[in-house]
Amino acid sequence: MAKQYETVIGLEVHVELATKTKIFCGCSTAFGGEANTHTCPVCTGMPGSLPVLNKQVVEYAIAVGLATNCDITQYCKFDRKNYFYPDNPQNYQISQLYLPICRNGGVEIETEEGTKTIGIHEIHMEEDAGKLIHDEWNDCSLVDYNRSGVPLIEIVSEPDMRSADEVIAYLEKLRLIIQYLGASDCKLQEGSMRADVNLSVREVGAEKFGTRTEMKNLNSFKAIARAIEGERERQIDLLEAGEEVLQETRRWDDTKECSYAMRSKEDAQDYRYFPEPDLVPIVISDEWLDQIRERQPEFRTEKMKRYKEEFEIPDYDIEIITGSKHLADIFEATTAICKQPKKVSNWLMVETMRLLKEKEMEPEDICFSPENLAKLIMMADKKEINSTVAKEVFEVMFANDTDPEKYVEEKGLKTVNDEGALRTTVEKVIADNPQSVEDYHNGKEKAIGFLVGQTMKAMQGKADPGMVNKLLKELLS
Amino acid sequence: MANVISDETIEYVGILAKLELSDAEKEEAKSDMGRMLDYIDKLNELDTTGVEPMSHVFPVQNVFREDVVTNGDDSENMLKNAPAERDNMYEVPKTVE
Ligand SMILES: [Zn+2]
Repeated sequence: MAKQYETVIGLEVHVELATKTKIFCGCSTAFGGEANTHTCPVCTGMPGSLPVLNKQVVEYAIAVGLATNCDITQYCKFDRKNYFYPDNPQNYQISQLYLPICRNGGVEIETEEGTKTIGIHEIHMEEDAGKLIHDEWNDCSLVDYNRSGVPLIEIVSEPDMRSADEVIAYLEKLRLIIQYLGASDCKLQEGSMRADVNLSVREVGAEKFGTRTEMKNLNSFKAIARAIEGERERQIDLLEAGEEVLQETRRWDDTKECSYAMRSKEDAQDYRYFPEPDLVPIVISDEWLDQIRERQPEFRTEKMKRYKEEFEIPDYDIEIITGSKHLADIFEATTAICKQPKKVSNWLMVETMRLLKEKEMEPEDICFSPENLAKLIMMADKKEINSTVAKEVFEVMFANDTDPEKYVEEKGLKTVNDEGALRTTVEKVIADNPQSVEDYHNGKEKAIGFLVGQTMKAMQGKADPGMVNKLLKELLS
Repeated sequence: MANVISDETIEYVGILAKLELSDAEKEEAKSDMGRMLDYIDKLNELDTTGVEPMSHVFPVQNVFREDVVTNGDDSENMLKNAPAERDNMYEVPKTVE
């Protein structure tokens, strides 16, 4: 009988924190600036410069630690990790090895077999590196240090996951917690959340772990799932062929759907960690911890419960809306303005979801403001625009947060509620379509639909179909 | 000299430091490192059982900055430190991992 294998997976997740400034200097962390415009002597590693810790980084790290049930290390320090690479101008990265800020935590995930806890070994604070651009023509590399010194937390899990599904459930859980905290937007595609996968296989029932490999360059949930499948098979094939799995770092190529070795254990780095002399220890008092605890936001479970009590919207809608912090924020803010939770939920669940899917976007990418969505809902409610126009306006608003009132005004999309004008048009449509009128009188109810359509066309879509219908019936009777 | 640095060690340290050493330089480095380790052995003669390693000499803790942007674009000055510059970036020998 063929051997049965079990996959053992642990994750190292890097999350870029949503601070305004870098971890050790007052440079901006804003995206999209021209190369090297957000740099200073500290984040380019100039001799004699000194780092000063951004307090917000510590607060975010503690908040994430508390939300993932970790013990907070109340006396904690930074360490130097030494390595040479041009994206790292100091020749060391300031990180934490000996006393990471959070330890011994865990989060619960839902699996097919029920609830399971994934342990968190530790969370530590560190700085990001710069970006290298390779110039193939001139055989040189160009370095942009705008990302150098951007604060990160690294969340190291225990090897508690057994499948790609569990890995994705764990990542989604982490992402949601961190988004709810406002500590990061956690976008895999843009690199504000990055996952390295440590994977080994062993025969079912074996006690010892197999040799593990570490996989990097995974920038979507789909890539992670494919990489896990691919690496599991590669390791099983090796074992079945009587060969050995080598402990190495591998890079996943998602277009080719295969991985290749980057570094093996033999040329593994020796990072020569030592305590960072330029930064003094951090002492986290009970009072400080309590303050942060008090500021913790309403997380998803509590939010779902509150929505159920407060709003009359379906459970399924609640699940989807609270599944993204940004979506939940839009829902609450819009509802607060227009007081129509059902309609807000409808716009989010139907049109918003349709456009997100069509444009391959995440809920976090939604750019329209609650104010504008509320305006649109209220205009439709007052029958100032009909539902077809509302959808058209929504698409424009979805694309660039256009003010629906202004747009409707400019494009002249307002429904004509002037009964006189409408009556004239309806009369003309009746006169122009004797066949349909006859059909209607012969009992073909459907014929009225055609006449409504013709009227709407003549009114350039700016009529209330209900009113047209009513008027037609009145004039035809 | 009590500490003898092997050829393998000097080779490995060279790789980590990204240094290419000639045979003569390797011999010199081996002897220098051996003497450094001898000096460290001297420190090891002291019994430090139960003594917490100290990383800072000053009794200072919790030095923070508020999360406020204080630095603007100074890339023109910053890039004066670059060995070579192109498109507002530092140009370095090609490095691919
Ligand atoms: Zn800086």
